Amino acid sequence: MLAVEGIDVRYGDLQALWDLSMEVSQGEVVALIGSNGAGKSTLLRAIMGLLKPTKGLIRLDEVMLSRLPTHKIVDAGVVMVPEGRGLFPKMTVLENLELGAFVDRARQKKSYTVEWLYEIFPVLRERSIQMAGSLSGGQQQMLAIAKGLMARPQFVLLDEISSGLAPVLVKQILRVVDEIRKQGMGVILVEQNVFLTLEIADRGYVLENGRIVAKGDAASLSQSSRIKEAYLGQKKIDKT
Amino acid sequence: MVEVFFQVLIYGICIGALYGLAASGLALIFGVMDVLQIAHGSIVMLGAYACFWLYNLLRIDPLLSLPVVGVLFFVVGALLFILLFAPITKYSAEARVKNSMLLAFGLILVIDNLTTMAWTGNIRTVNPFYQGLAFRFGGLHFPYVGLISLGLAGFIIIGLGLFLKKTYTGKSIRATAQSAESASLSGINVRRTYLAAIGIGTALGAAAGVLVLLSSGVDPAIGMDWTLKSLLVTVLAGTGNVAGVFVCGLFFGVLESVGSMVLGPYKEVIGLALFVVILFVRPQGLFSGSLGKSALRKS
Repeated sequence: MLAVEGIDVRYGDLQALWDLSMEVSQGEVVALIGSNGAGKSTLLRAIMGLLKPTKGLIRLDEVMLSRLPTHKIVDAGVVMVPEGRGLFPKMTVLENLELGAFVDRARQKKSYTVEWLYEIFPVLRERSIQMAGSLSGGQQQMLAIAKGLMARPQFVLLDEISSGLAPVLVKQILRVVDEIRKQGMGVILVEQNVFLTLEIADRGYVLENGRIVAKGDAASLSQSSRIKEAYLGQKKIDKT
Repeated sequence: MVEVFFQVLIYGICIGALYGLAASGLALIFGVMDVLQIAHGSIVMLGAYACFWLYNLLRIDPLLSLPVVGVLFFVVGALLFILLFAPITKYSAEARVKNSMLLAFGLILVIDNLTTMAWTGNIRTVNPFYQGLAFRFGGLHFPYVGLISLGLAGFIIIGLGLFLKKTYTGKSIRATAQSAESASLSGINVRRTYLAAIGIGTALGAAAGVLVLLSSGVDPAIGMDWTLKSLLVTVLAGTGNVAGVFVCGLFFGVLESVGSMVLGPYKEVIGLALFVVILFVRPQGLFSGSLGKSALRKS
């Protein structure tokens, strides 16, 4: 289990997260919902050790992640697919995948994992010797997810993986989340599209101003008045 | 006249190989970690001295001491990182460039003055048996030292290129050059990668120093000149790929050599004029590749 227990995170004088706790189990998809600036990406960055909490702790079972540098957290079994994709644009698709399997544990299973991912994303096999920077937005997104999975993680943090993609691609990519869950990995999913996210998530947390203001299973969250208030209006506008 | 031109061309290529080798070290360090190690010329000078003393005291041939000097200066580079440059790598790229220049400028003063104190300002040379000999062909003069320098420098650059392309450590260096954050999220130990990059870069500078000693000797004042040449070549090439830096070094050597034939004592103007033109026309350099930085295309 990946657990965040009462963390505070600051950017200098500005406090971004307040006494925040959450958890995700293996084989579970947990959605993080909240407006821009609510602290969703900050939380993911804190889990990855890119920001250090000033209070509280983050652990993976008995391993204290909050005391480890980022590369050791990846080694322990947690990866993030960052917003903006985190690829190496001037390296080939295959080189990006290989770097995804940089940690020892993953390196041994590298060729096996690549084959598995080529089956999920056949387009990556076709483009394997092309520069990552020359792929289309959707293909880059697939590569980013595949690169994360190359590390054979126990937990995957997905930050806005569908942003800027056509609706049909969004559905395709979210289906992959389902596949990741079937493999027994835990997923934290941050998405703009709240209702689509809650459709595939098991549970969700709602963030506002760096605090968790609501949590529960996905079905009841999508019915809750707070969510409807905050997001349903927007959805109506989208439809017209 | 044609013969003179070709002779000048040969000399230019031989000296250009040294420019390319020295600059590749500076470009590697800057490309990977945004540290502008302007004391690189002083490293070239120290490498030459290391080789000189190995020759003078232990009678080790400069070509045999080249790998020894390389390993020694990898350690020197690693120490420079741990003691001097590591603390500034936590800042933004822009702050790193400025702070590293200040730090390295102080380093120049310390190294150059300590060297003068310890070993005087006299020029030191070595005289292995092949020194001053040349191979003649079609009325042209190919100095052995120049040919050896060209061959060794080319060999080192090709080796470095393969290392960066094929090995996991090499790939982690290229990945860190493109984005340190993405590299750490891939499980790469960025700090260790920085250490490797500055170690290799420093070793390359010292290796160039060994060849400089062979071709023209060493004194404590050559550092600044080699820093300038390395910077010029790096700006010309960009930090994109080591082969590009080497080719630009050769080009620059030829340009300077031909220029000195035409312009005589004003040859230094050529490099600086080229510098200005490149900064106006193509500030990212002529070559760009996986060691360079760029924002990922957003679509």
